[in-house]
Amino acid sequence: MPKLPAPPIPAPLKTPPPRPGHGGPDGPLEEAKNAGISVVGWVDERTSLSGAARWMMFRKVPKGTNWFYTLGSATMFAFLNQAVTGVFLAMYYRPDPSGGAYESIRHVTNEVFLGQFVRGMHKWGSTVMVVLVFLHMGRTFFFGAYKYPRELNWVIGVVLLILTMAMSFTGYLLPFDQRAYWATQVGVNINGTGPLLGPYLSDFLYGGAEFNATTLSRFYAIHMLLLPGLIAALIGAHLYLVAKLGTTAPPWRKAHKRPELRETEV
Amino acid sequence: MADRRDKHKSKYTLDRGMPGAFEGETVTRRRFMTATAHGAGAAAAGAFALPALGFAIGPIFKSTPHRWEVVGTVNQFPDNNYVPVTITLVPDIGEAGKSTAYIRKFNPEIDTDPYDKGTPYIAISSRCAHVGCPVRWVDASERFICPCHGGVYDLLGRRVGGPPVRPLDRFYTRVRGEDVELGPRFSVNSQLRRFSPRLPGETVDGIGQYLYPSTPGAKKL
Repeated sequence: MPKLPAPPIPAPLKTPPPRPGHGGPDGPLEEAKNAGISVVGWVDERTSLSGAARWMMFRKVPKGTNWFYTLGSATMFAFLNQAVTGVFLAMYYRPDPSGGAYESIRHVTNEVFLGQFVRGMHKWGSTVMVVLVFLHMGRTFFFGAYKYPRELNWVIGVVLLILTMAMSFTGYLLPFDQRAYWATQVGVNINGTGPLLGPYLSDFLYGGAEFNATTLSRFYAIHMLLLPGLIAALIGAHLYLVAKLGTTAPPWRKAHKRPELRETEV
Repeated sequence: MADRRDKHKSKYTLDRGMPGAFEGETVTRRRFMTATAHGAGAAAAGAFALPALGFAIGPIFKSTPHRWEVVGTVNQFPDNNYVPVTITLVPDIGEAGKSTAYIRKFNPEIDTDPYDKGTPYIAISSRCAHVGCPVRWVDASERFICPCHGGVYDLLGRRVGGPPVRPLDRFYTRVRGEDVELGPRFSVNSQLRRFSPRLPGETVDGIGQYLYPSTPGAKKL
């Protein structure tokens, strides 16, 4: 292409020629990239977070790592799905036992734009999460990944399983239809069959001697404030230990030592 | 060297050559400061944690006053069959606070147990003694039958089949003028002896009455 002659711009306004060792002027793309880098650099200089991120994300994994190892992340994403959809459902939900709770759920399902979809994600997502928790637990068990030094992570995982079950139990009451009501009656009464402390546990869950006006708000508070915080904190601990201890090789992999490292019998 | 170490290990500040030490003093300033700081932190945490905890478990210890509810007139209930009535266990929460009771007049030929003497009407709670589903009186078979897990009770509410661990609960009854009134709930054991109300699934036979104590919030006998 033939070049057009340069316009007659006065010398002081002309772009200076590139200095040696410095590639030509940055285009908008490079400017944006540099801005991003400098923001990340600014934060990193003050927090040293990049080391933590590298430590967490770029780990060595054993040979033979396969799709079964994704079940834990899948469970975590199911939890994140519950958290996000739950936050938005809470914007419409009213924990009012004299009819308002059921009405607000009906409103979400039938009248709110995408309400049925988001509520469905939360409802079916809870089942998915429970299924994934058990698959993840089964993977850990059958691969022997609970053994030393990962016992504490198994214990944390069992607590997370119990909390997930508590989430399912408390969430079951919230639609406040016939099934919710009777399932909660049955569930609280099963808690009551524990000797000595059982009756007190039931009274704690009901917030009194019988199902009463505060039972629903009590379940709602446990479901959306108490348990999610505990679960998020324990997932953090769980992940920290995974990153710290590393993952196990599948049991069918044999340890191969390089010949020069093999100990020889004397 | 060993001498010096022993001196450092001594619990007396005087032995350790601390400036301003007193005879017999064991608490160093550092120890005192640490304990004070931890104590202040514990007091501050307790100041919000304990009230919050008490707030959450407080309802366990709150008992509601006895209520008497008119459920019908004296002529409404036969002495050989049950009439279902809707009762309000907890007011002001709509359907969730309602339940069903099955009521029949006291019949000296059926209600031979000494514990029932002087009861004008027999009022049986529909709450199954297994895990609390609503039982239904089936006239044809003269049985209370639970739809959830197959609990079956006879005319007096005693278990004759299925998983329940005690007979159906009952309510106190009284007559005021022409009205039949329903009072607080009570549980019975397999001999129909009366106990303070228990939740479903909690036996009151033998050691059960101690393993499953009546909670402070329940309306006592």
